[in-house]
Amino acid sequence: MIDVNYSAGRLSFSHVLGRGFIYGCLIFCAVIYMMPFLIMLSTSVRPLAEIKSGTIIAFPREITFDAWTKAWGEACIGTKCSGLSSHFWISLKVVIPSVLVTTILGVLNGYALTKWKFRGANLVFGLMLLGCFVPFQAILLPMAQTLGVFGISNTPFGLALVLTLYGIPFSTLFFRNYYVSIPDDLVKAATIDGAGFFSTLWYIIVPLSPPIIVVNIIWQFTNMWNDFLFGASFSNGDGQPVIVALNNMVNTTTGVKEYNVDFAASIIAALPTILVYVVAGKYFIRGLTAGSVKG
Amino acid sequence: MSHATQSQDRSRDTHRRSDMMFWLQGRLSQIVIAPSFFAILIVVYGFILWTGYISVSESRMLPNYEFAGLSQYERLWSMTRWHIALKNMFVFGSLYIVCSLVIGIFLAILLDQRIRMEGALRTIFLYPMALSFIVTGTAWKWILNPGLGLQKFVRDLGFDSFTFDWIIDRDMVIYTLVIAAVWQASGFVMALFLAALRGVDQEIIKAAYLDGASLPRIYTTIIIPSIKPVFLSAIVILAHLAIKSYDLVVAMTAGGPGVASDLPATFMFAMSFQRNQLGVGAASAIMMLVTIMAIMVPYFYSQLREQTHD
Amino acid sequence: MKIYRNILASTALISAMATGAATADPSIEVLHYWTSGGESLAINTFADAFKAAGGTWVDQPVSGGGGDAMNTVLRSRVLAGDPPGMTILKGPVVTEWANAGALANLEGVAERDNWNEILPPLLAEIVKVDGVFSAVPTDIHRIDWMWINPDLLAKVDGTVPTTWDEFNALADKLMAAGITPLAHGGQPWQDATIFEVVALGLGGSDFFRKAFVDVDPDTLRSDTMIAVFDQMRRMRGYVDDNFSGRDWNLATTMVMNGDAAIQIMGDWAKGEFMAADLVPGEDFLCAAAPNQGGYIMNPDSFAFFDDSNATEDEIAGRELMAHLLLTEEVQIAYNLHKGAIPARLGVARDQFDACAVQSMTDLDATLENGKLVPSMAHEIATSSANRGAIIEVVTEHFNSDMSSEEAVERLVEAIELAN
Repeated sequence: MIDVNYSAGRLSFSHVLGRGFIYGCLIFCAVIYMMPFLIMLSTSVRPLAEIKSGTIIAFPREITFDAWTKAWGEACIGTKCSGLSSHFWISLKVVIPSVLVTTILGVLNGYALTKWKFRGANLVFGLMLLGCFVPFQAILLPMAQTLGVFGISNTPFGLALVLTLYGIPFSTLFFRNYYVSIPDDLVKAATIDGAGFFSTLWYIIVPLSPPIIVVNIIWQFTNMWNDFLFGASFSNGDGQPVIVALNNMVNTTTGVKEYNVDFAASIIAALPTILVYVVAGKYFIRGLTAGSVKG
Repeated sequence: MSHATQSQDRSRDTHRRSDMMFWLQGRLSQIVIAPSFFAILIVVYGFILWTGYISVSESRMLPNYEFAGLSQYERLWSMTRWHIALKNMFVFGSLYIVCSLVIGIFLAILLDQRIRMEGALRTIFLYPMALSFIVTGTAWKWILNPGLGLQKFVRDLGFDSFTFDWIIDRDMVIYTLVIAAVWQASGFVMALFLAALRGVDQEIIKAAYLDGASLPRIYTTIIIPSIKPVFLSAIVILAHLAIKSYDLVVAMTAGGPGVASDLPATFMFAMSFQRNQLGVGAASAIMMLVTIMAIMVPYFYSQLREQTHD
Repeated sequence: MKIYRNILASTALISAMATGAATADPSIEVLHYWTSGGESLAINTFADAFKAAGGTWVDQPVSGGGGDAMNTVLRSRVLAGDPPGMTILKGPVVTEWANAGALANLEGVAERDNWNEILPPLLAEIVKVDGVFSAVPTDIHRIDWMWINPDLLAKVDGTVPTTWDEFNALADKLMAAGITPLAHGGQPWQDATIFEVVALGLGGSDFFRKAFVDVDPDTLRSDTMIAVFDQMRRMRGYVDDNFSGRDWNLATTMVMNGDAAIQIMGDWAKGEFMAADLVPGEDFLCAAAPNQGGYIMNPDSFAFFDDSNATEDEIAGRELMAHLLLTEEVQIAYNLHKGAIPARLGVARDQFDACAVQSMTDLDATLENGKLVPSMAHEIATSSANRGAIIEVVTEHFNSDMSSEEAVERLVEAIELAN
């Protein structure tokens, strides 16, 4: 951090002006960044009649949470009218284990690739990394066939497996780049003391890992929660994750559009990821600082 | 380390033992990584090969394994829509990366000035990254719609000649995609750079400051050059987001007006799943992958070489 | 409602006896994209009928892009060897799936229920592949409708146009009075909807068939086609500035609220007026667009997938559902929600509104004189690849300043690339 207040004597007019400029810019940008969310929020608590009569960029004159209860428990998706709630739990059920598994695999892979280097480790890493960049539309059909062969298509397990598989490259990238910055001597010292592969991992590496674990969890949780393509293709009916259900709810082809319900549903579907960013955001920067962005 | 100097004999013993252990555990690390590696080999490389094969087959609605040579590629490259998509990718990709970088760095520098409520501001800049365009698409469509959103709002304030109708203008629509995409990613870039700025050695800066260097000068000549590697990371992440941009287009313009805002990802999807020209879709996927490789392989190579030299 | 249930229960009994499936618990998984408004009510009538007949209905909605998202899911499920029981499949796509060997043969049900008698021959043709019933048509939508705000029409002393020249004259008059003549949403399929209505009106049904069913290059680059594109250019001048990306139902609302005079759209638009408690003939007018006595039809149909692992329950479910879809009661209940007319011939008309009755009368007439044509914009006339290619050129022309001559050349080229 740059401390411009090294001596109080420098607190001049131009300094105050500078601070004013900085705050001005930041607040201006913050308002712009918040705009889409504020519009969603204000629309979700306005009655439908008010939305239709007025402009969209307006504060609600009358606040009602009917749209929220409807989106959560009553709105119709297809022929079933029970809102987003059940889909919300399905998403949690699919995403949480997948995040955990990618984190564990990321720790193991990153550790093996940096602290117990073998010949070709870099090549293995490079090949895995390219997996980050595959456009998912291109691998949809072979994946469908593969899931079919194993008899797990359209099961929550199958979906979780797909999300996990395509999460591995990014987790490996995060942990590997983080562990590169941990001095090898730490591991050497431990092995000389007789610690093995797993005990070194457990007693030396894991305690150093929380910052990067947070980065990984934020990244994977957001990506998996927001996934639409796999969710729509590899789940069925009641087993659809919340983003797919949201899409079905919002993408109306006929009938009166209930914008307030749509937006309430959108915010509900986005709450977990927003929560993760708000709660863990502080650690996110810290985790990035701790080395994952190095090089 | 002190351990090794205690006794020569014991140390030799320990070494022999730890050599063996080391060998075994070297294997262990390969064993540990093998499942992930082979899974990736199949679901990434195996499936890419499959797509590659489809791109030289007769496939239309469903995969058809009859060999067709390069006819799907010929077809692809004679399609006007593919050329529009490529041109858009170029415009969108470069503007998206440049704008996200500039805004991200700018915000990071501002936030680095001992700001009150830094945490709250950071969260505000970062939250768009948490949201899918399936969530925010409708809101964006409203804001950009001239009859509903910003244009109407400003006109209602009394500025009758204010015009902001890019989303219905064929020549400008691609820039609305840039706006929304930059909104989503610039906060993330900010986080990357903020983290890097926090890692810069304070002593050098202090020295420069006491020498009387101005703040902008310190940033341009000392700080930014010292965080060069972050640029590369940020560019790679942004490039990969740009190439994969799909939800964004579908939620905001669905490729319109006409096909003016089509990108390769939406093109590929349309060919494979709407138009029943799976072969052409696969060919475009392979072209996309080739482009990605062309960007990524040199990057990995330089990065890995650098680190081996450490 | 109670009576309705009773009828359903009795048909269920009959069908259970007919299919000899009294021991199985019929179940069906339905993949569809009808998630809202009239469409979801319509598919609910199937679900209700099926449940009333003792079946288990598993709903699998995937909406988005007018069925595009659903088609993606369908393909991945079929490749995974786990196809859904029933799904919405239309026009030539039925043939494509049947040729891939994916569809169940419905001849058994068709014979028992006499489908060859109760379906219009042209409709039966569409769902038959190599003479075998491979899908069940459930309704007929008409595309070439104009939905008109009568107050605005009266304001300029206009009458309902019957030729495109009259249409242009009326639209110019409306423009002069400061009224937006055409309510339109700038989405490719909506552009294509207007395009095919204009094509029928200027070229007639033979031209329409040659251009969109046979995709004959000479017809596609003919002077008539150039005239069609010229008319499209005029139509572009009749829409308001904010049309781009607008959903069709918002365009319908414009007609309702008097923000625009006319919308050219299929009869699902009627559902919007009905939902607002407006009366046809009084609060809004429905009139056939200038069409030289033709009729563009867009039938929906459902296909059943053949799954080698299908259980007895699923097979029983398939047979029962196929039977129920074309019973008179289900046809009426379903089509009242869908805004279309029944696919089955000779259904009682008394519950249908004036627009639907006119549609039925015109359908009968065009069935006789051969002026009935399948919709191109709605995937009945030609393959998805051809349709996509045509729509792409139409929407590019409509949204740019491309000349009509260039448009027809692009059309021919695009069709070549699609095959």
